[in-house]
Amino acid sequence: MTENPNLMDCQEFQAQLPEMIGAGGKTALHPHLKSCALCRALLADLETIAEAARQLFPIEEPPDKLWKQIESVIRDEEKAEDPE
Amino acid sequence: MPDLRSPQPSPDPIHRSTEAVAPTVAETVGNEANRRTNLAPSGETDVLAKAQAGDHSAFAQLYSLHKRRIYSLCLRMVGNVAEAEDLTQEAFLQLHRKIATFRGDSAFSTWLHRLTINVVLMHLRKKGLSLVSMDEAMEPAPEGNPGRSFGAPDLTLSGSIDRMALERAVGDLPAGYRLIFVLHDIEGYEHNEIASMLDCSIGNSKSQLHKARLKLRAALRSFPPQEARR
Repeated sequence: MTENPNLMDCQEFQAQLPEMIGAGGKTALHPHLKSCALCRALLADLETIAEAARQLFPIEEPPDKLWKQIESVIRDEEKAEDPE
Repeated sequence: MPDLRSPQPSPDPIHRSTEAVAPTVAETVGNEANRRTNLAPSGETDVLAKAQAGDHSAFAQLYSLHKRRIYSLCLRMVGNVAEAEDLTQEAFLQLHRKIATFRGDSAFSTWLHRLTINVVLMHLRKKGLSLVSMDEAMEPAPEGNPGRSFGAPDLTLSGSIDRMALERAVGDLPAGYRLIFVLHDIEGYEHNEIASMLDCSIGNSKSQLHKARLKLRAALRSFPPQEARR
C-alpha cells in the first residue's frame, strides 16, 4: 500500500476515508479525487448523508398513555417511600 | 417527594452500574458547543426548580417539553416502537429520581439527553448487543469491495435526501451501525465521546460510522423515487 497520496488507488483511498471524513474538511482536496470521479461521487454522497442527518429533528410523539403510566409509577414509588 | 439520592459513584458509571446514572459535568459540558442543545427557555428554569422541589405539575410540564425529543431519540436508537415507549418511560422515571442532583452545570436538555442515552445503552447491553465488538457482530461490510461498489457518478444521490427516506433507511440499519450513526451524525456526539459510551476504540467508532453511511448510501440509492418521497 502506497503512502504517497498522489499514487493511491480507489481501494487505498477508501480505506482511509473513515479517518479522513470529518477531520477538518481537507478530504475534498485529496490528490486522488482530482482524477477519480467515482471517489468524488462517493465522498459527495457520504457528506450529503451526514448533512441530511444533522437536519433530522425529533418528530415522533409518544402515545398519550405513556404519561399516565409514568405518573402511576411515580405515585407508587412515592407511596412506598412515604406510606403516610 | 423526589428521590434525593445521589448517583452511585463508579469508576465507569456508563458501563458498570446497575442503573443508568446521571451524566457528569465533564460528560455534558465536553462538546456542548457542537451539539444541538435546546437551551432552557426562560420559563423552563422556574419549572425545573419547582420539579426539583417535588412539584408534580412542574414535572408533568417538563415531560411535555421534552417528551418528543426523548421519545424520538429512543426510537431512533432502538428502531422499535414498543421498546422506545418503555425506554422513554424509564428515562423519565430515572429523571424523576435524579432531578434533584441536576445542578445546572450544563443545559438541562443535554443532561436529560445523556441520561436517556445511558438508559438505552443499558437496555441494549441487557439484550445482549455487544457494543464492544460490533465489527464481529455485524454482517460483512455492506460494500464488499469498495473499489467496485459505488457505480457511475450519475447514480449518486442528488445532493438532497428525502427526510422520510433517510429515517426509514436509518431504521433498517443493523443495531450497531444504527447506534453509532444516530449518536454521531444525528445527535452530534464526537467519536471520543461515543468510544467512551460504548467502551470501544475511537477507530472502531469511526469505522462503524463509515460502514453505516455506506449502507445508508446503498439503501437510499435503491429507493424508488415515489417511495422515497412518501
